Amino acid sequence: MTSDLRTEAVPDAGMGLVACPVCDVLHRDAELAVGARARCRRCGTLLFAPRRSAMTQIVMLAATASVLMVAAVFFPFLELQAGGLSRQSSVFDAVMAFSKGMMLPLSVAVGALIVVLPFARLCAIAYALAPMVFGWAPPAHAAPAMRWAEAMRPWAMAEIFITGVAVALVKVAGLAKVTAGPAFWAFAALVLVTVLKDNLMCKFTIWKTLEERRPS
Amino acid sequence: MQVHDMENAGRTQTFLTARRAGLVACRGCGAVHAKGVGACRRCGGTLSSRDAGSLQRVWAWLFAGLIAYVPANLYPMLVTTTFGKTRESTIVGGVIELVEHGSWGVAAIVFAASVVIPIGKFITIAYLALSTRIPVTIRGHGRQRLYEIVEFIGRWSMIDVFVVAILSALVQLNFVVTVNPGIAAVSFALSVAFTMLSAQNVDPRLLWDAYEADDT
Ligand SMILES: [Zn+2]
Ligand SMILES: [Zn+2]
Repeated sequence: MTSDLRTEAVPDAGMGLVACPVCDVLHRDAELAVGARARCRRCGTLLFAPRRSAMTQIVMLAATASVLMVAAVFFPFLELQAGGLSRQSSVFDAVMAFSKGMMLPLSVAVGALIVVLPFARLCAIAYALAPMVFGWAPPAHAAPAMRWAEAMRPWAMAEIFITGVAVALVKVAGLAKVTAGPAFWAFAALVLVTVLKDNLMCKFTIWKTLEERRPS
Repeated sequence: MQVHDMENAGRTQTFLTARRAGLVACRGCGAVHAKGVGACRRCGGTLSSRDAGSLQRVWAWLFAGLIAYVPANLYPMLVTTTFGKTRESTIVGGVIELVEHGSWGVAAIVFAASVVIPIGKFITIAYLALSTRIPVTIRGHGRQRLYEIVEFIGRWSMIDVFVVAILSALVQLNFVVTVNPGIAAVSFALSVAFTMLSAQNVDPRLLWDAYEADDT
């Protein structure tokens, strides 16, 4: 009981500390030099990796990736040629592959995994962080947008899709000639840009900056 | 924050966790709070010192994933129609076909993604969940590594569903050859999604708590 009272009496308990998200070990939260990397001293999880103008780069990469996503959905993706016959297909056709009959929910899921979620994540990140580039306060609902983007990270599977395309191409290589359309290259570039952006994003630094710039 | 060297590695009791300090840490942003605080002041996420119900959800999703994996192997994944003749192939059947064609590399990728990884994941998640209850041989850093591998690699099993989607969209040459998805694609996708949810519910802080308890 007494210990409860003591912690209740200290509303800013834990200020100036940061805990490892994986093993819960406490660390002192001091300002880090740009370019430094701070890891958890027990489990080695990367805690902070501040970079110069990281916000600007993240927002620009997110914007680039979302434009590429629009191109990837609307331009022809792959063309198959065999014995005088040819067939063009788009990313949308791949999504609609399961749309016949009972498998329709799987079409919806595939569309979400390879197009909707990656795109929505990029938009959420760009929305929450763009004002920060100009040194402004974060927009309304920036925190829920960032939390959602983080929660959806494992479900955005654009990079797995493009690897799946590579496997599928090897499978049909013996039977037919396949040419890659502009959407294929747009999608591949989008995956590279997204990976680059995710590597630049230091979650803890972003949250600290959002908190510091929040109007009180 | 200071980045300590690993001089104390191996002696877990020297590390002060947020829980032992009577504090609660946010896994999303690292901010540390007094015990009893419900929402994180920095990111607004829900706080919990240790997610008490997490193990139950881990087991529930794991069993759901296992059950969905059975029909995924029994029913056809791909239905190929060549000049009016229809052939259905299961996951393992597809791998055997690839081997017969001499595509050892792709056969190995498909076999790894759709057989080795799913089964390895079931075993690893069960092992990690058990390690929080009973002493196991793999130590703290090893368990941490297993957890990271399961989190990173689990989503890649979805590649098989995407390959089916791309093949079905691409190989549609009316009378010559058409490829359509089989019902196994649905249960395989469900199995991957359920197993991902199971892995996401593992609270890694429980793994380290259990390791500390073993070590004393
Ligand atoms: Zn740690
Ligand atoms: Zn938080």
